[in-house]
Amino acid sequence: MKKYEYDILHPNYSEILKLVVHNSNVLDLGCGDGTLLKQLIDEKKVNGIGIEINQDNVIKSIHKGLSVIQGNIDEGLADFSDFAMDYVILNQTLQSTQKPDYVIQEMLRVGKKVILGFPNFAYWRIRTYLFFNGKMPKSNVLPYEWYDTPNIHLLTVRDFFDFCDVRNITIEQSILMRRGKVIKSKFKRVFADIFAEDVIFVIHK
Amino acid sequence: MNSSSVGKTETKILKYNGTIELSSGIEFGPIDIAYETYGSLNENADNAILVLHALTGDAHAAGYHNITDKKPGWWNDMIGPEKAFDTNKYFIVSSNMLGGCSGTTGPSSINPQTGKPYGLSFPVITIEDAVKVQKILVDFLGIKKLIVAGGSMGGMQALEWSVSFPDYVSKAIIIASTSRLTAQGIAFNAVGRNAILSDINFNNGDYYDKKYPEQGLSVARMIGHITYLCEESMHKKFGRRLQNKDKPDFDLGIDFQVESYLQHQGHTFVERFDANSYLYITKAVDYFDLSEKYGSLENAFKQTNASFLIICFSSDWLFPVSQSKEITKALVKVGKDVSFCEIESPCGHDAFLLEFKTQTEIIKSFLKRDI
Repeated sequence: MKKYEYDILHPNYSEILKLVVHNSNVLDLGCGDGTLLKQLIDEKKVNGIGIEINQDNVIKSIHKGLSVIQGNIDEGLADFSDFAMDYVILNQTLQSTQKPDYVIQEMLRVGKKVILGFPNFAYWRIRTYLFFNGKMPKSNVLPYEWYDTPNIHLLTVRDFFDFCDVRNITIEQSILMRRGKVIKSKFKRVFADIFAEDVIFVIHK
Repeated sequence: MNSSSVGKTETKILKYNGTIELSSGIEFGPIDIAYETYGSLNENADNAILVLHALTGDAHAAGYHNITDKKPGWWNDMIGPEKAFDTNKYFIVSSNMLGGCSGTTGPSSINPQTGKPYGLSFPVITIEDAVKVQKILVDFLGIKKLIVAGGSMGGMQALEWSVSFPDYVSKAIIIASTSRLTAQGIAFNAVGRNAILSDINFNNGDYYDKKYPEQGLSVARMIGHITYLCEESMHKKFGRRLQNKDKPDFDLGIDFQVESYLQHQGHTFVERFDANSYLYITKAVDYFDLSEKYGSLENAFKQTNASFLIICFSSDWLFPVSQSKEITKALVKVGKDVSFCEIESPCGHDAFLLEFKTQTEIIKSFLKRDI
């Protein structure tokens, strides 16, 4: 596939930053090395805390001056009371959780709003890759082989709509993205499941 | 001595002539406080770190007393220029705990009213009492803001500090510790105390001019050492190897390396530690329970203003990971600033004195934030 011109490591950070209100409380699940959380604190003056499973990443986050708790989000968010946070963020991690339904349920319990970012597995390039190659799709966003991928629960935009529908979860906002840019075309928004490479949803109970 | 050592150090004594009210209600004093300091206090008097020792530690945390010393202070790996507790930046204070036997007043000290060692007339003390005594020292040194750090029982004291003196403590580093010992932990301490109490030489604690209860104290230490290790670390260290022999002796003496190790630990401990101190300090550890004192752990932490760093070790079964998580959870619940790290280690509870590389990385990062 073609080389990307935008910041491939953090293609949707700027959009997530726009969603978060100044001085709010933010819980960032799977916060990695803390880059997003640090930006939220610097630019939006949020009161932030991260949860991260990997020790090296935990240390990197602490090094950035962040509060971070080493833990596995698949085990739930028992440390946090109901609606304790204004935002609970899970970015590019949903597809690698063991129990995505439970994780989302816990996020909705703790957060007044939940921000979810994930790659859309029905993006047309992925469809054509599978169609023509007959092999598990690989891309810059999904760089792994089938046998070593942490992405064990890949999903599509339509899957997510169905998921929310069945559980009466309100989708407050959806941001469809392709190559780090928000898709504005009405036509492409209607056929989001084909044209969106990356999506961000803001949901609440 | 290497270049990153604090070099030659000495233990000083602060003589406090007043009294303090102990948790038991007893007024107690005068008190000698043995302490060491490394680095220097800045103009604002806010760059101090109080490091708190574990069960049998002392004020000598870093450096060497004499050039001939085989071993440096107990936390030498962590204290010094460029180390986790960087003496170029911070003023590090370490003191011997109340009830101890390395310079601070304890059961082996002379009771000024009788001219004899206190022995069992020494009052029962708590972690809270020990912290009160440390506060006297910290005030004497002119410290205005404090970072507290400690492992195991030292972590208990750091927790107590952050709760008792909320305006004083800016950061608390709690390593391999707990807000209350498990029943299992109390049980091991009880066996240790029983070994001492049942020693033929114990003589109701009045043994200072007679034969010491060496056997009892040595057994207590052996039990302690088992709890500081874990199955994996013991297996790695000793396996089933025999001590200086190819075949067992078929008598009741020492055959296995692990036996020899425990006996050695027991013997060397007797030379440096007082049996009565062991009784009093293990009791203080058993009594410590923040949840009981404040109704709940959340309640205890409501008043603290410190940022917390909680570190624990995967194979520690004496101060298990679950207890560090409990502390973290309570802090999160009441909206306090906390970071939590579980370090993978096969070293059991002892890991907090051994795994200094990872700890250094974590602690340095944590301390770097807005001093």
